Amino acid sequence: MTAKLLTGNSAAAWGARLAPVDYIPAFPITPQTEIIEDLAFWVDRGELDARLVTLESEHSMITAAAAAASSGVRAFTATSSQGLLYGMEMIYTVSGWRTPFVLVNVSRGLASPITLESDHNDIMAARDSGFLQIHCATCQEIADGVLIAYRLAEHPEVRVPAIVNLDGFYLSFTREPVDLPDASKAAAFVGEYDPENLQFKGNTPLSQAMAVLGGGPYSYFRYETHLAVERALSIYDEVIEEFAATFGRRYDKIDAYCMDDADYVFIMLGSFSTKARDAVDSLRAAGNKIGLLRPRLFRPLPAALLRQWLRGRRAVAVIDQNISMGMGGILHSELATALYGIDKAPLLASYIGGLGGRDISQQEFFAIADELNLAYQQGAAPPVRLLYTRNEMTEMRKLQAIAQAEHAEIRQAEGKS
Amino acid sequence: MKTASRILGSAFFRAGYEVQDAPRYGAERRGAPIFAYVRADRKVINERGIIDHPDLVVVADDTLVGMPAAGVTQGMDAHTLMLINSHESAEVWSQRLNTEASILILAAREDVADRASLPYIGSRCAAAAAALCGVISREILIAAINDELAHLSTDVIERNCQIAQTAFDQMSDQSGLVKQGGSLSAADYIPPEWIDMPFEKAEVSNLAIHVGATSVKVRTGLWRTMRPVIDYDRCSGCTWICSTYCPDGCIDVRADGYPEIDYDHCKGCLVCVAQCPPHAIESIPEQTAREQESGEQT
Repeated sequence: MTAKLLTGNSAAAWGARLAPVDYIPAFPITPQTEIIEDLAFWVDRGELDARLVTLESEHSMITAAAAAASSGVRAFTATSSQGLLYGMEMIYTVSGWRTPFVLVNVSRGLASPITLESDHNDIMAARDSGFLQIHCATCQEIADGVLIAYRLAEHPEVRVPAIVNLDGFYLSFTREPVDLPDASKAAAFVGEYDPENLQFKGNTPLSQAMAVLGGGPYSYFRYETHLAVERALSIYDEVIEEFAATFGRRYDKIDAYCMDDADYVFIMLGSFSTKARDAVDSLRAAGNKIGLLRPRLFRPLPAALLRQWLRGRRAVAVIDQNISMGMGGILHSELATALYGIDKAPLLASYIGGLGGRDISQQEFFAIADELNLAYQQGAAPPVRLLYTRNEMTEMRKLQAIAQAEHAEIRQAEGKS
Repeated sequence: MKTASRILGSAFFRAGYEVQDAPRYGAERRGAPIFAYVRADRKVINERGIIDHPDLVVVADDTLVGMPAAGVTQGMDAHTLMLINSHESAEVWSQRLNTEASILILAAREDVADRASLPYIGSRCAAAAAALCGVISREILIAAINDELAHLSTDVIERNCQIAQTAFDQMSDQSGLVKQGGSLSAADYIPPEWIDMPFEKAEVSNLAIHVGATSVKVRTGLWRTMRPVIDYDRCSGCTWICSTYCPDGCIDVRADGYPEIDYDHCKGCLVCVAQCPPHAIESIPEQTAREQESGEQT
């Protein structure tokens, strides 16, 4: 066995090293920084023939990555949370340049309040940008996912940038056994990057036409990007077949577990889905025919495949580790859209959980499964549920009591002075 | 503790187990409490995050046990084995914690004054834990230490191995005392007590905690593991260098022109020690300083 213990961050760095990448614009942010540190260490020791440059912000970093990709080199970068948001203007801009590169996002909840821990609102903010999105559940998937992302992004029928997403802490700092692909096989799999008509040269300054007059040309370019992202659905199948044939690991667009005879289904993104696997095993042992679906590919969304998997099931629990203020779980909304109007559509129940790194316990998966059973018997989905316990509320009330006491003390002090 | 978790993780991995190990970072500062966890199983590990009910808890710094925020005893029950690096006895800790968990002592070294440095503690804790688990041989442990400390000099690695072997041997008569806990069953579980989040007005539910000068109230001096001490006989009374360089504004210049350190808030970064031109500030372990102080009071 050639596997070794690697953190999610190390696995991401290995993915970049094995691609291999030429250029790494960097800016630090917790919990991503280790990725850049690993790459810097290798570049410094001559183990990776790449140029690593520290930029002054994520905005510049993403611009640099796309500009480098425009000049024909393979670029890699990484960020997280507020960093991704700081670079958001360029995230939307560079997908329109149609420059392929890979950005690893280490998911971390957004401010306010500030947290270091994981949820998916950061990556969801990039949902409509034109970047492809691959979501990982294990450290193995991260290393492999970076290679797959390059193949997909650089495909001439796709040619948009890609994000590989992994959860902060639960993957970023967690070591698991990872079987690293052989370097020469990995390089052969990813292949040469052909920039086609992208013509930037460092020594020949050029201007790129960026503006259009009127909505007609604008619509053309925008919709072409949308079609390119959608095209990645069929290209993904080709890429993944080749990956499976080369490395023996298969990464379907949607990871399906115990689905063949499932009446009930958990559906969710990211690393918490492995917890759901354990729950499925326990529930099956207790006689509950439940399965698990986890979209790996989130942009483009494999909507037809979701319909195929879910038609005729009794009830589905969508567990969102994100929240769209004023609407609720984003995956839930997307699934409702995908399933609208099909015959034999399952009941769809929405759960919001795991915000800011909040754990989801096995008991909670069991209770969700019980609610699905009840929903099917009653013929109606339960209202949206935030996974939040009485105990958590009690702790919150204690914190609020402390804040109140502080307020009172301050007001009193102000009154005296 | 991160090193300890990695050594133990590597040892299990070398022994043919599936492994997951991870540190949990808290405050980003030297001496801040940190914990790490290791899972090992014969089958692929799908569970993630902090361990709810640990089979073994290893405590490197016994001052953390009494600190509620550190949560050292969380999830412990009669099944749990707790190993504490301490000068005190298992009986003392059993009484103090009023716990059903079994307690073992890893006798703390007499010569350790600065608890933040706790030399070789990672290897010691990992070795003791490996012995208690009973499925890791001494050879595998040593190989794991070599894996994880490969970036250090051979002298340091050698010393770690020696200390680890001693700890391993100390615990070897308790080999296999750690037992794998059972898993939860969906057929028989205690359901979570979910509540509906109530709507509350912005006045209640916003993040409005505005307090002037909160930094004065937080006694960051408690974080200090090394204490800078001014030798006034040597101090040239330059009036500005140490106080200017102090990143926390903890050095005031008195009316007589000499500096004074605010030990309630000095975190012990020792920048002043490095900057003082006549080398009039030296650093001593905080514990030694406290012992000297309490000696003077009695």
